[in-house]
Parts: sequence; structure tokens; C-alpha cells
Amino acid sequence: MTLPLLMFFLLAALAVAGAVSLILARHPIRSALSLIVVMVALAGLYLLLGAEFVAMVQIIVYAGAIMVLFVLVIMLLNAGEEERTNLSRLAGPPGLLLAGALAAFLVTAAARSGQFIAAGGSEAPSGAVSTRALSGLLFREFVFPFELTSFLILVAILGALVLAQRENS
Amino acid sequence: MSFFSQHPFLVAALIKSALLLFIVLTTLAYLTWFERKVIAHIQSRWGPYRVGPHGLLQPLADGLKFLFKEDPTPAGVDRLVYFLAPFLALTLGLTSIAVIPFGPEPLRISGYETHLGIADLNVGLLALFAITALGVYGIALAGWSSNSKYSLLGGLRSSAQMISYELSLTMSVVGVILMAGSFSLREIIEAQAGRSAWGLLPAWNLLAGPFPQILGFLCYFVSAVAETNRAPFDLPEAESELVAGFHTEYASFKFAMFFMSEYANMITVSCLATILFLGGWLSPFPATPLWSWTHYLPSVLLAGFGLLVLWDGLRYTTLLGKIVLPGLGTVFCVLAGVFAAVPGVNHFIQGPFWFLLKVFIILFVYVWLRATLPRLRYDQLMAIGWKLLLPASIVNVIVTSFAILKWGAR
Amino acid sequence: MVPTSYYIILSAVLFGLGIVAFVFKRNVITVFMSIELMLNAVNLAFVAFSRALGRLDGQVFVLFVIVVAAAEAAVGLGIIILIARQRQSLNVERANLLKF
Repeated sequence: MTLPLLMFFLLAALAVAGAVSLILARHPIRSALSLIVVMVALAGLYLLLGAEFVAMVQIIVYAGAIMVLFVLVIMLLNAGEEERTNLSRLAGPPGLLLAGALAAFLVTAAARSGQFIAAGGSEAPSGAVSTRALSGLLFREFVFPFELTSFLILVAILGALVLAQRENS
Repeated sequence: MSFFSQHPFLVAALIKSALLLFIVLTTLAYLTWFERKVIAHIQSRWGPYRVGPHGLLQPLADGLKFLFKEDPTPAGVDRLVYFLAPFLALTLGLTSIAVIPFGPEPLRISGYETHLGIADLNVGLLALFAITALGVYGIALAGWSSNSKYSLLGGLRSSAQMISYELSLTMSVVGVILMAGSFSLREIIEAQAGRSAWGLLPAWNLLAGPFPQILGFLCYFVSAVAETNRAPFDLPEAESELVAGFHTEYASFKFAMFFMSEYANMITVSCLATILFLGGWLSPFPATPLWSWTHYLPSVLLAGFGLLVLWDGLRYTTLLGKIVLPGLGTVFCVLAGVFAAVPGVNHFIQGPFWFLLKVFIILFVYVWLRATLPRLRYDQLMAIGWKLLLPASIVNVIVTSFAILKWGAR
Repeated sequence: MVPTSYYIILSAVLFGLGIVAFVFKRNVITVFMSIELMLNAVNLAFVAFSRALGRLDGQVFVLFVIVVAAAEAAVGLGIIILIARQRQSLNVERANLLKF
């Protein structure tokens, strides 16, 4: 059991535990906290994959800004505990069974595809070079989508402002 | 055991973490003492001076008080989140010290070489901002979980303030990143070596380069003071003196954890300001042989301080003052002698000495601001963050980019 | 070296759990969070493939996904606040005015 493999299993277990906790939690704030745990675990996995800039952006933007927005909205709307939903007696068990079968199918397909993926290209640059190469790619080949995302953020800001206006302005 | 012998860096990291944790927690405690003494002297009074000589045992007394006070949990709180919030705040505040490098020279012990500072990440600066971004949760969750309307509003205000100033905080350091060409804190410091202004000034980011980052430093410092909820931006926290705040329902030890996390954030932000703008561990004097006498400055200052402590202790009548203080003073003098005598040790302590001196100066300015300036109202606070600091830091980025395009990064 | 298929399996598992949360949860904010979970699972697949194929395009795409998710979260939560104010409830089954 090498160190990277051990780290992978730890972070993967943390991510799956967070996702399961998101489903099982009754109060939305616990679901939000579980989702933050999932995101931090995924950031750890990105670091393991050598994508350090993406890992840091994931924590700063996703876990540190978007989820803060979720938590603040839950706090403001004073979301209480959820009502219990009962699994449908007719469709529940067969549905779960089918979902399990689909999951098993996907997992075996992914596990068997190992040799196809490994035949791919050389190692991606990782470490200090990867951020530099990533920024080169972002500002040369992908500069048009990059400028479009800035426009998208502007539209989102305007939309949020319009939605937040009071009726009797 | 063989696992550890295969990965010696893990053992070294564990030992360094434990040591650094101990040092940081002690520094936190004595930072509170320092703050109280400085504010008192600015306000023409004495501050703590009864508990131990010069009030030096006051942090110990405060810590014992926090440990032994009653810790009631209010009714109707969400227990998990209520206990999680201060723990999260303190953990995040202490974690950010892990990426800060303290000195250039590695420490060599029995053939194993390790750098000062626990981790040197390629994206160290971004990691610090990531930890700061997560720090908002401690306050937001504390305000919400206390099951009290005033706590909730205080927590919301405080987290809104922290999020707003995070933007200008991160934008104001982009100029430094552009000039250094890297996110790694060690490389940012190393890019500031050398002299500028025809050899008169050190080539720190504040003073040199194509565009001296003065605007960046001011934006960074003001945003940092607001980000750590310190005066004059501490309205969400000072409301606890008037009505309520996010830590109003928290009693002894949990309140102490919030308190400690605030000071830990202060230390982190000061260390970052030193690294980014003031040259980190670099000496302000040139490295020519003419100025090699400055290498003895740490020992001379330490010896002077030791003599002062010794002389001061002799005029105490209490047992503690008469024995401990002169003892401490002698220890300092002996250490200073050792530093001056052994050239290897002297070379090693140059970096950490200048780093700690600069951090100390910035912490002094922090405390000075608290004692001197009046508090800002909340709408003034948010207006400054969004309408003044964010545009100023964006202007800094634009001007720095043009300066680098024209004159090159160094 | 961790095989890429491990990452893909984890991504599929997280995506499935996101779908389960989307279908079974009643609070509209939790449903929205399950969408974010699905986006994160897809991000993991992107980064894993970027490493396996030796190109950085996957990571660039992850950055775009994160930005789009941020914009979507901002506007979506604004709409949710308005709906919650209108319907006085955060239950998805109560927003049923157009139900047949």
C-alpha cells in the first residue's frame, strides 16, 4: 500500500461519506456542511492528480464562496428540518435495485477500461510547470471562452441585482 | 516503523508541526499581553502589571480563567454545529501558519536537512487564501447555531464583511505575483533580493521593481485589518459590547477559541504582508563586505535586551521578579554570545531574525490602529470595501501589468 | 500511481449519489446542492482524464465549469429566495400551481 494509494482511499472514503451524509441529513445546514467536506476531499484528490491550481481554485471559489452563499441563504431563509419522505412501497425497492444495478454496470465498465486509458499520451506537466502551462493554455487557445465567462459573470451579477430589488422601488 | 524510516519527511513534518504549534500558541497568548500593554501606554495608563513582573503572567491567568469558567450550552442549539464552529475557526487559523517559510537556510540535524517552515507549496500563496476563504464558516456557523436572533445578525454581518474584503485582499497581491512570477512564497521572497534605487534601497516589493507596490501594500493592509475583524473595522464584533455578536452565546473555552483564532489570523496576515511586500527574511542592508557588521545586529540586540531585563529584575522586591527576570536576562545574554561566537549559528539566525522583526513591526501597527482610530459604521465599512479598495486594487493590477510589459519584471 | 479507473469509479459513484439526492430530497436548497455535487463529480472525471491523457485541456474545462457553477448558484439562489418568500415554504412539492 503505497502512500498515494493510501491517500486516495482516505480522500475517496471522505468524499463518499460526505455525499451519503448529504442524502441522509435532515437539516439543510448539515447537507451543506457535508457538501463542503466533499469539496475539500475532491480538492485533495486534485492535488494528488497534480492539478494544484485547480485544487486551490476549487477551495477558494467553490468551497469558500459558492458554499458560503448556500450557507448564508439557508441561514437567512431559516430553513427548518425536512419532513420525512416515505419511500414508495411499490416503486421503492425495485427502483433501488435498478439503481444499484446501473451503478454496478458503470463501475465494471470503468474498471475494465483501464488498458484503454493507459495507452494515452505522456505525463501531463505537474508541479510548478503546470500552473504556468495552464495559464498559457487559458490565455492563448481558450481566450475566447475566458472572455465569455467574464461576460457571463456580469450577466449573473445583473440578474442577482434585479432579483434582489424590492417591489416598490 | 519502516514506513516512517522510508518517509523521513513525515517524521520531520510531525516534529516541526508540534514545535511550531507550541510556539504559535505561546506567541498568541503573549500577543494579547503585548496588545494590552501597548494600548494602555498609548492611553497613558499602565495595563496589567500586578500578575507577575510587568504583568507577564496575565495570559496565564486569563487562560486558567477560561479553562475553569462555567460552560453553559444554550437550549435549542444545533449541537454539532455549535461545537464545530469555534473548533473550525481555531483550526483554520492555526493551519495557515504551516505554509509560511521562516528562513532561507535549512537546518541540518545528524545528516538530515529540513527547511524552516512545514510545507513549501508551489501554490503557497493560493493555499493561504484558500484557508482564509474557509475561515468565514467559523463565524457564519457560530452566528447561526447560537439560536439567537442577535447572534445570527452579528454572524451574517461579520461574514458579509469578511467575504467583501477577501476580494480586495486577493486582488491587491496580484501585482506581487506578477513581479515574482510564481505563487510559491519562497520564490516571491527570493525575487526581492538585491538593491534598487542605485543601491540605496533594498529591492523589496514595496520599494522597487517597475512599479513599487505601495498602493498594493495599502490595499492589502486595510483589507487584512478588515478581514480579521479588527479595529477600526470591528463593528460586528464590538457590537458584542453593546448588544450582541456572533460569539455572544459562547462561554469560557469556546470563546477563548474564537479569541485565539482572531489573533492567529492577525499573525498569519502579518507574516504574509512581510513576505509579499517587505522582503520576508531579507536584510535591509546590502550584502557587501562593507556591511558585514550588520550580521552581528541580532546578537547585539538580544544582548542589549537581556541586559535590560536583568537590570530591571534586580529592582523587584518579589521573589519572582528578583530571581526569574535576572535569570531570563542572563539566558538572553548567553544566547547572544553564542550567536555571535559560532559563525554557523550566526548565519542561520539572520533570516528568521529579520522576518520576526518585520512581523513584530506590523503587529505593532495593528495594535496601534486599534488604540488610535475610531470604529467605522457598517455601511461605511462596506462602502470602503467595495467602492474604494476593490477599484484601487484593480487599478494596481492594471498599472503593474503595463509597467512590467514596458520595463520587465525586475 | 493510482490507476485512472479508480478516479472514474469514484466520479461515477459521486454522480449517482448526486442523482439520488436530487430525486429523493424535498428541500429546494438541498436539491440545488445535489446539482453542485454532480458538477463536482464531473470535474473529478475531467481532471483524472486530463492527467491520463497528458493534456491540460481538462483542467481548463474544470475552471470553466467552476465559473459557470458560481454564476448559476448566484442566480438560482436569488430565484429560490423569491419563491420561498412567495410560497412561504421551501418544499419543492408546494410549488405546484402549474400542476395539472
